[in-house]
Amino acid sequence: MADLSLSTGLPETSPDVWKHEHVLDVDDFSRDEIDLVHEVADAMGEILTREVKKVPTLRGKTVVTMFYEASTRTRASFELAAKNLSADTVNLDASKSSVTKGESFIDSLRTIQALGADVIIIRHSHSGAPYLASRSVHAHIVNAGDGWHAHPSQSLLDTYTIRKHLGTLEDKKIAIVGDILHSRVAHSNLWGMSKLGAQIVLCGPQTLLPLDTEGFISRSGLSGVTVEPVIEKALKDADIVMALRLQLERQQAGLLPTIREYVQRYAITAERLRLAKPNALLLHPGPVNEGIELSPEVAYGAQSVIQEQVTNGVAIRMALLYLVCGRKHN
Amino acid sequence: MARDLLIIGGRIIDADQNIDAAGDLLISDGKFSQIGSPGTLPSKNADVIDAAGCIVCQGFIDLHCHLRDPGFEEKETIATGTKAAAAGGFTTVCCMPNTNPPIDSRASVEYVIRTAAQSGTIRVLPIGCITKGRKGAELSEMYDLADAGVIGFSDDGSTVANPQLLQKAMEYSRTLGLPIIEHCEDPMLAKDGYMHEGWVSTRLGLKGVPTAAEEVIIARDIALAQLTKAKLHIAHVSTAGSVEMIRRAKEAGISITAEVTPHHLTLTHERVMRTGRGNRSELLYDTNAKVNPPLRTEEDIAALIAGLKAGVIDCIATDHAPHHEIDKLCEFGLAAFGISGFETALGSLMTLVHNGHLDMKALIAALTAVPSRILGKNYGIPAGIKIGSTADIVIFDPDKEWTVRSSDFASKGKNTPLEGQALKGKVKATIYYGAVVYSEG
Repeated sequence: MADLSLSTGLPETSPDVWKHEHVLDVDDFSRDEIDLVHEVADAMGEILTREVKKVPTLRGKTVVTMFYEASTRTRASFELAAKNLSADTVNLDASKSSVTKGESFIDSLRTIQALGADVIIIRHSHSGAPYLASRSVHAHIVNAGDGWHAHPSQSLLDTYTIRKHLGTLEDKKIAIVGDILHSRVAHSNLWGMSKLGAQIVLCGPQTLLPLDTEGFISRSGLSGVTVEPVIEKALKDADIVMALRLQLERQQAGLLPTIREYVQRYAITAERLRLAKPNALLLHPGPVNEGIELSPEVAYGAQSVIQEQVTNGVAIRMALLYLVCGRKHN
Repeated sequence: MARDLLIIGGRIIDADQNIDAAGDLLISDGKFSQIGSPGTLPSKNADVIDAAGCIVCQGFIDLHCHLRDPGFEEKETIATGTKAAAAGGFTTVCCMPNTNPPIDSRASVEYVIRTAAQSGTIRVLPIGCITKGRKGAELSEMYDLADAGVIGFSDDGSTVANPQLLQKAMEYSRTLGLPIIEHCEDPMLAKDGYMHEGWVSTRLGLKGVPTAAEEVIIARDIALAQLTKAKLHIAHVSTAGSVEMIRRAKEAGISITAEVTPHHLTLTHERVMRTGRGNRSELLYDTNAKVNPPLRTEEDIAALIAGLKAGVIDCIATDHAPHHEIDKLCEFGLAAFGISGFETALGSLMTLVHNGHLDMKALIAALTAVPSRILGKNYGIPAGIKIGSTADIVIFDPDKEWTVRSSDFASKGKNTPLEGQALKGKVKATIYYGAVVYSEG
């Protein structure tokens, strides 16, 4: 455990396992780096329990959120994380302003850099946009969700939440149910969870799975990931069940005959959840479509850790901001 | 009187005449005046090009390129595009009509021909639109376009989605004796797709274009070609399934030809994700590898090479598609499709020769004699290396190693996925009508 005496702020030195200028996805995180994020998040979580939830770690730093896609939760979480660390924050709702003015992404980034941003947190509807950003400006880039590709802070908070309950992900069976194909949360979790030793089962209708999921798993070098389209089999003896948000436009795009049929086949209900282990955890990245991917009784039931995920999200994002730019550089 | 040009010490390959021999060439007044054994031709009053270690063959013919002129002069002009083509060893290029305005009227055909005559370096043969404005709704004035000088018809960039309209276009083109050049891509299957649908598209979270998007249209077009007996030329074949369908169509006696690009023969969809250089773990999302049809898999490449060797795929065309930096320096999904291909074509293709996948003579045939035959008419393209013929030739060193630097391109389009890559095989000089139009600097 890193020495994190937080009463007067975070330590000026910390283990040199951390290699990242940017947080783009967890696919290139080492196991030690994930462990470090979780350890720092523990310390951050302690700050969040104080009456004054603020430390001066990022005082004088400017953190800009640049959201090219509507988001309330993730943006609020990052903003609170930055504020808890005493950073100055600026929120740019790029989905409304610059795009309609025809301003290019690169130009917006350069402008924000010229305004003095130290960290730029990006949510973008186009996969890969944060990678382009990381090559275009000097500021640290944190990916807050890019297209269908990745959502690293979500994966880190999901694995953190699981660890807090079960201690480990090693050999735990995790069923991820729903729209795998379009889910950046699922994609990042494939990396994050498999790096921590979990056995992952992907479950959903074929139209919401990649064309060749097995090929993708083997060619990408993922281990411990399988596909099971029958939800009863996927949930059987699971330690963790993660439901994904179903974007309702998938039905309009012809990927699902009706929402009704999807609910019948793939909703996590109390009855289905009983197929998992007795105290299996239920996760969801939010916001929940109640009565679609989750029935209300399980969404708010005893096994649900959905609210904890939200709280842990702030601690994880504080940890990430601290690790990318809060430490003294050599 | 212009001085003669003497090319000495090269290996002369002419695919059509089945020539492959060491020899010298004397060019006078733009034509071959003497062909002889090494050291036997007079050098008096002649400029001499030493082609030792080089191959000398007919100038390359590209059935598919984009010169962007008129309308997109920031990407390329007829002047810069033909200069780049010459640097790549081409002496004849056929340019696609997706300009602004599109080449769908006599006036715009005449613009291309006139501009090429004024500012072009090599022979430019325009292709006319199948439909007005490439909108897929009404036929363009195909008789008028043919009279003005188009060598075929294409809505390249888009498939003619309405099969009834394509049938009518084929009936017109058959009467005119000109090919329909189809860009085969089902617009619904390919909708919003950015790259090949496969494990890399999943890995990168990008919507994919399935191989079937190309294949369903090829199947449809083969049926229409059979019905109308029109000449059908399939542009930029990219999948193994397409090769198989074209093979069967040829066996059935249908009038169909096909081309493949250097990039589809040498690069896979993995190129979008990262380069072959170093062990960078960072994902690239390389917009310079974003091209339509998309780069496919190793299996597709193997089938394309086998198809080329077997004559199922007739020829190689670059689909040179230059873009401005701002068209590529953006989010992957927003980036333009296309690769600037003239100046890397030979070096890329020589990889196949050096690796033993393709015979040198077959490669040269696919770049010269075969595309000439597909065009079907003369258009001033010389029949090969023979006395009295116009001297359009390329001299290239098959073993010269060089590194791709797009900043050195004559093309305005610096959009290459091969930046920094070492290639083996480079053009030394290109000669058009007996004059040196490119010489390695």
